[in-house]
Amino acid sequence: MMSEIEMSRRGVLAGSAATAALVAAPNVQAQPAKTAAPATMPVSLTVNGKRRDLTLDTRTTLLDALREHVKLTGTKKGCDHGQCGACTVLVNGTRINSCLSLAVQHQGDAITTIEGLGTPDKLHPMQAAFVKHDGYQCGYCTPGQICSAVAVLAEIKAGVPSHVQADLTTNPQATNIEMRERMSGNICRCGAYSNIAEAMADVAGSKA
Amino acid sequence: MKSFTYERAKTPADAAAAVGNMQGAKFLAGGTNLLDLMKLEIETPTHLVDVQDLRLDRIEKTDQGGLRIRAFATNTALAADERVRRDYGVLTRAIVAGASGQLRNKATTAGNLLQRTRCPYFYDTNQPCNKRRPGSGCAAIGGISRQLAVIGSSDQCIATYPGDMAVALRVLDASVETITPNGQTRSIPIADFHRLPGNTPHIDTNLAKGELITSVTLPRPIGGTHIYRKVRDRASYAFALVSVAAVVQKDGTGRAAFGGVAHKPWRVEAAEAAMAQGAATMTAQVFAGAKPTSENAFKLLLATRALASTLSEARAA
Repeated sequence: MMSEIEMSRRGVLAGSAATAALVAAPNVQAQPAKTAAPATMPVSLTVNGKRRDLTLDTRTTLLDALREHVKLTGTKKGCDHGQCGACTVLVNGTRINSCLSLAVQHQGDAITTIEGLGTPDKLHPMQAAFVKHDGYQCGYCTPGQICSAVAVLAEIKAGVPSHVQADLTTNPQATNIEMRERMSGNICRCGAYSNIAEAMADVAGSKA
Repeated sequence: MKSFTYERAKTPADAAAAVGNMQGAKFLAGGTNLLDLMKLEIETPTHLVDVQDLRLDRIEKTDQGGLRIRAFATNTALAADERVRRDYGVLTRAIVAGASGQLRNKATTAGNLLQRTRCPYFYDTNQPCNKRRPGSGCAAIGGISRQLAVIGSSDQCIATYPGDMAVALRVLDASVETITPNGQTRSIPIADFHRLPGNTPHIDTNLAKGELITSVTLPRPIGGTHIYRKVRDRASYAFALVSVAAVVQKDGTGRAAFGGVAHKPWRVEAAEAAMAQGAATMTAQVFAGAKPTSENAFKLLLATRALASTLSEARAA
């Protein structure tokens, strides 16, 4: 009995195991529910090629599922309202704001986060280009910037039009002005924008 | 965020019935606006009916020579569609002038039509707002109103409809096709889709409870030069202060609708006869009866200049 209490205290002190410790404590009585328990649902995602079976509160955003449940904290929470782009990930190859999407909307989807693009030993070309061109300062927006940048080049290649395109009937090119326009959903408070555009131009094989 | 239950509907009729028959239920499409508002507890649905499995995302030719855009085609897919770029350029232009690439990839056609105002007092739950809490008052009237409506407003609400896509749909005479909870279908002209605030600013559109948008149809192409001119505080990723969606023919006649000025896309067909006489003559008619605030009266001059620049671009095309 004492040892269990001791264990639970250590668990609380350790911080992360608090919930497990409470479950283990035998004398904690269940409180009658005042309101209905939050709805939960099973959700299966494939994250960076690995299947993850989760049971989540329906309110969980894709961003929180990735960070708090899959424990991939490379994807960042900036504004949590779709304004800053720090949470950008690729869903089935398409970039979205993971903060403005519920995890339950993504049953069976393939998610690529910054951790899935490359590794410290084997950087994705866009990651390497950001390092080479100093495309960041504090680095907080960088995972979102890089995921977005990878998707932008794919969108240009696929012919997705943009606001700055002169002729809608032609295919867009990876010019500096195109990349700046298409990256406007990723805010960088350090102001690394010009270097980000250079990194993207490097990968695209064009001039910034 | 308030807790909610979640389901995926299998057919449009099931989706409409599910929302129509349950108090507190709402449709969930892309979720980019709804989820934002749920986090702020401005929207507090108790049940979400996700429409993604309906697979209503194709864009097809109609028998009349127009296009049927299924309701949940993404903004990106719609803007990128070859036929839209070629024959309805103002629509592609309007879509890519709005939001960010990430948002356009997730946001849908129907969801875009239903996006809610960005009036700062609607968003601030500490403030009275007749749209958010009917009868609580309007903090925008007498408040910071630079972005808000200059025409069609009421003493209950001076919010604007914030979107770009619908302004282009208005100039293209689109129709919104729906299915009701009892399985009836109908087609609503875009002009009658959004409402003016009047005494019921909490009701944005003429959709009934549980009525699901299934598609948006465009009539056959009308040719002309297609322009969407958006004036905003930043060069990208900002809502319009004023926007103009225009289709101008070689002889100088044409159509124009305005965004960022009213509770709905603002088009006065009768004023279009004056287009060939110049922007100032036309906007004098379009904005007759405008009631701007001291902070947003600049929008009237801006609308004239935005139209003048649009017409000059059309002449040069």
